[in-house]
Amino acid sequence: MSVNVYIPGPFRSATGNMAKVESEGSTVAEALRTLGNRYPAFKSLVFDLNGGVADHVAVFLNNRDIGTLQGDQTAIGEGDEISIVPAMSGGASGWSEEQILRYSRHIVMPQVGGKGQRKLLNAKVLLIGAGGLGSPTAMYLAAAGVGTIGLVDADVVDLSNLQRQLLHDTNDVGKPKVDSGQERINDLNPEVNVIKHRLYLNSENAMEIISGYDIVVNGCDNFPTRYLVNDTCVFLKKPLVDGSILFFEGQATVYLPGKGCYRCVYPAPPPPGMVPSCAEGGVLGVLPGIVGCIEAIETIKLILGLGESLSGRLLLFDALSMEFRQMKLRRDPQCPVCGDHPTVTELIDYEEFCLGIASPTEAAREAIRIG
Amino acid sequence: MTDLNLTVIPLPSGVSVDDDIDLRGEVCPYTFVKSKLALEDMEVGQVLSIRLDHLPAVDNCPRSFRNEGQEIVGVEQVDDTDWLVTVRKVRE
Ligand SMILES: [Zn+2]
Repeated sequence: MSVNVYIPGPFRSATGNMAKVESEGSTVAEALRTLGNRYPAFKSLVFDLNGGVADHVAVFLNNRDIGTLQGDQTAIGEGDEISIVPAMSGGASGWSEEQILRYSRHIVMPQVGGKGQRKLLNAKVLLIGAGGLGSPTAMYLAAAGVGTIGLVDADVVDLSNLQRQLLHDTNDVGKPKVDSGQERINDLNPEVNVIKHRLYLNSENAMEIISGYDIVVNGCDNFPTRYLVNDTCVFLKKPLVDGSILFFEGQATVYLPGKGCYRCVYPAPPPPGMVPSCAEGGVLGVLPGIVGCIEAIETIKLILGLGESLSGRLLLFDALSMEFRQMKLRRDPQCPVCGDHPTVTELIDYEEFCLGIASPTEAAREAIRIG
Repeated sequence: MTDLNLTVIPLPSGVSVDDDIDLRGEVCPYTFVKSKLALEDMEVGQVLSIRLDHLPAVDNCPRSFRNEGQEIVGVEQVDDTDWLVTVRKVRE
């Protein structure tokens, strides 16, 4: 019987670079031995010392493993095809079939590839707040395969949250947000490691929690936490992706270590009562979707090292006029935290600070920002 | 047999293949996704041979690799169903 034998790349030097060679015999073993006699180097690659097919080589007859047939004694017919498939250390190693399918639209992109996807899988991102902003950020980061997502939130789900907080369901009302958030994230992508921090961030715990992550994404809804997270990120040199919303308007920016911080823009919070919270002032439910997605994109760009970061720019979004505008930001050498001569060198009591012990600046008076 | 205009590039003699991947039964885009992942694990200068039986992939795979700046050194039909696309990694 005349058969075709497909030679794998690594063995082709033994067959004169032929990808396919003809051979003869009545069984698989005979056909391979015929080739071994013609190409001695091939013989030493495919056969072991006892003359059998080596264990590191799999042999297929017409795409069926001969192990499932009669081994190398399997009879062959005219025109059959024998494929030799050696064990390979390379190939798409380290990727499960599910990962290849799930992340294929990232992997095909020249700017991402398997290497970029690996960076996402290895990244640790902390989300401050599992509410309106944190929901879309968490879901897109999870879908993208960010490997570790920390959720900081002490609250339980309230029916009034569901107008905008897509991490949670009607069935979740009364549940801790970190619990329903984890469920939603793992429903979307079971391989994301969700770390739950069901607590209020304060000057006692902030450094320890934030130090465990690569990037912090702000989706908080109050000024004390906003200043606390900012100062902690400055001290720990962590990138902070920042977003805030109120009514129909949103803001987003990125603070990179050494390139300015929230306090460079707003050295002090507005006086209590001047800025309404979302609970009092209201917010268009879709708005955090826009701003939270911008935060997710900036986070992924930082992880992948792609594009131009929003660092140094404050992006303003007005849903009513449907306009995006950008303000230039700069590091303030006089900044009390990241300036040349900082006056704040450790975490302080932010509740007191935000109750107006410090005198508000012009910038702060203009501020309307609440998560 | 096909509407595709497949451009055959005979593999020059002397090209030695360092690794190969059998993607018979796979369709686009996974043919490219899997061969790209295999090439990422290789060194610049090394050559990967990709076995395909999904005809559109014989067209798409070389194009996608060229888009990424890699060199296609061979596109050959080896039997009624199978093609070998051979790519040399020329950049990370
Ligand atoms: Zn600053």
